[in-house]
Amino acid sequence: MSMTITEKILARHANVDQVLPGDLIDVNVDMALANDITAPLAIKVFKEIGTHSVFDPEKIALIPDHFVPNKDIESAEQAKVMREFAYQHQIKHYYEIGQSGIEHVILPDKGLVIPGDLVIGADSHTCTYGALGAFSTGVGSTDLGVIMATGKTWLKVPPTIKLNYEGNLLPWVEGKDLILYTLHELGINGANYHALEFSGTVIKGLSMAQRFTMANMAVEAGAKNGIIEPDEITLAYVAQRSSRSPFVCTTDPDADYEKVIEIGVDKIEPQIAFPHSPDNVRPLSQVGNITLDQVFIGSCTNGRLEDLRKAAMILKGRTVANGTRLIVIPGSQLIYGEAIKEGIIQTLIDAGAVIGPPSCGPCLGGHLGVLAESERALSTSNRNFIGRMGHPKSEVYLASPVVAAASAILGRIGSPDEI
Amino acid sequence: MKIEGKVWKFGDNVDTDLIIPAKFLNVSDKDKLAKNCFAYLRPDFINTINHGDIIVAGENFGYGSSREHAPLAIKSAGISVIVAESFARIFYRNAFNIGLPILESEEAYLSIREGDQVSVDLSTGEIEDKDISKIFFARPIPDFMREIVDAGGLVEYIKKKGLTDDRCV
Ligand code: SF4
Repeated sequence: MSMTITEKILARHANVDQVLPGDLIDVNVDMALANDITAPLAIKVFKEIGTHSVFDPEKIALIPDHFVPNKDIESAEQAKVMREFAYQHQIKHYYEIGQSGIEHVILPDKGLVIPGDLVIGADSHTCTYGALGAFSTGVGSTDLGVIMATGKTWLKVPPTIKLNYEGNLLPWVEGKDLILYTLHELGINGANYHALEFSGTVIKGLSMAQRFTMANMAVEAGAKNGIIEPDEITLAYVAQRSSRSPFVCTTDPDADYEKVIEIGVDKIEPQIAFPHSPDNVRPLSQVGNITLDQVFIGSCTNGRLEDLRKAAMILKGRTVANGTRLIVIPGSQLIYGEAIKEGIIQTLIDAGAVIGPPSCGPCLGGHLGVLAESERALSTSNRNFIGRMGHPKSEVYLASPVVAAASAILGRIGSPDEI
Repeated sequence: MKIEGKVWKFGDNVDTDLIIPAKFLNVSDKDKLAKNCFAYLRPDFINTINHGDIIVAGENFGYGSSREHAPLAIKSAGISVIVAESFARIFYRNAFNIGLPILESEEAYLSIREGDQVSVDLSTGEIEDKDISKIFFARPIPDFMREIVDAGGLVEYIKKKGLTDDRCV
């Protein structure tokens, strides 16, 4: 019987020939992931279970990225719990700051996820790896603690919604705009418990960086996973980074989707998500005059080299507006180094940007750029809930890196065409 | 098991940043988390409620991050059960895993008012609002999840089943 790509990967990891939406299955996990916030709780659970060793020290990734370099004593203690566990259990993929970065940027970049893998992370944006044609989803710490002990977990097979993008993109329109537009169409509840399959000729034309951006925000519609069938672009990306052979699979032509949504992209402008929800989206031309105290370019959504390169292209020879602060945070140490080599960092500094150390930074309002009462920020990240980046009365708008760069120059939300 | 308490009512899409803002996630101690439960939405929630009280909410409760700190904070603050129209996926799973009972019922959400005295029977899914004298039935919990709740959470479930040795869940 026919299956979607999500169903095929799940069936393979459950060691069965066929799965159907709604089936409860036990699966083997190829990579289990946690960060400095979620790992300490998962480690506690692991200890309560009473096993003495992890299921496989090569299949666990522990990444310090949320509150690093540590912002206070408490966060330093949390990072220490994770570090000591990593040393004790000889976790291969523990990356200390200096070799690290944001979990969802470095796992693909270090070749730790390849097509066909099943990845479970104690972080909701684990869905990012769907861009590689892998099944990946977020869970909480208890689930992850159990996985660290057993290498297995249970999943309910999700029905799939297919999103078919066709047409030609307007100037300055990127993966970020497509996913914001899609969130507006679906609503933040629109894909709850579902798989989202991004397809169509437009997706085939996107770079890996832009595909990661789209898969990253699948969870913002409530989806369990977002996935893109692997193609030459995926395989070229993976071949440079991993020596494992990928399990490349695609959806059967007559597979059952719960729904197919056609999205014509010809008229889609750059999109902006207004406070306080990522589906509260308007086209750039209908934004009006929104002045900005801060612009943040970074995060697991848009902190990749291509994102920084595009921002630098816009900012080259220009300066950030008076009264606006620009914070740029490269997604990983590797990206930081490349951005220096390419002259991107110099361009950004000359324009007046401050560069933060590779980490989540202000994305979750923890440190490195927290907002004061009634301040307004434009961010390239994925969430703009109340208080997400600081004071509960601050406002966060979401957009792509090119719009963010142009807006930093204008001091208000605007288009690269206006500068 | 029957639970009875006063209702605290919330709307749709209560996200995990509202349940516990990220700046309070630098600890994993459940009592410290409980202190900051709903820090922005209902400051001092922990001292406002009585142990055993009940949350009734709209759609998509627990939307957003995977932080298990969210259901932990609610449970440790003293809430005994959440009745919502629906839950976000990861929150749903986390709540069961840590042994915080949750039930889904649209009618209950629409009818029950803040401050009402409500009793919930976890084994039958019966929800009774004593102030308006109405009874609602929650959607049945899948058998598999029931076993986890009955065991008191995923860790206990794993231990009880003695599955640690052969490493198979
Ligand atoms: S960058 Fe933001 S969304 Fe991504 S993992 Fe870090 S805190 Fe979460």
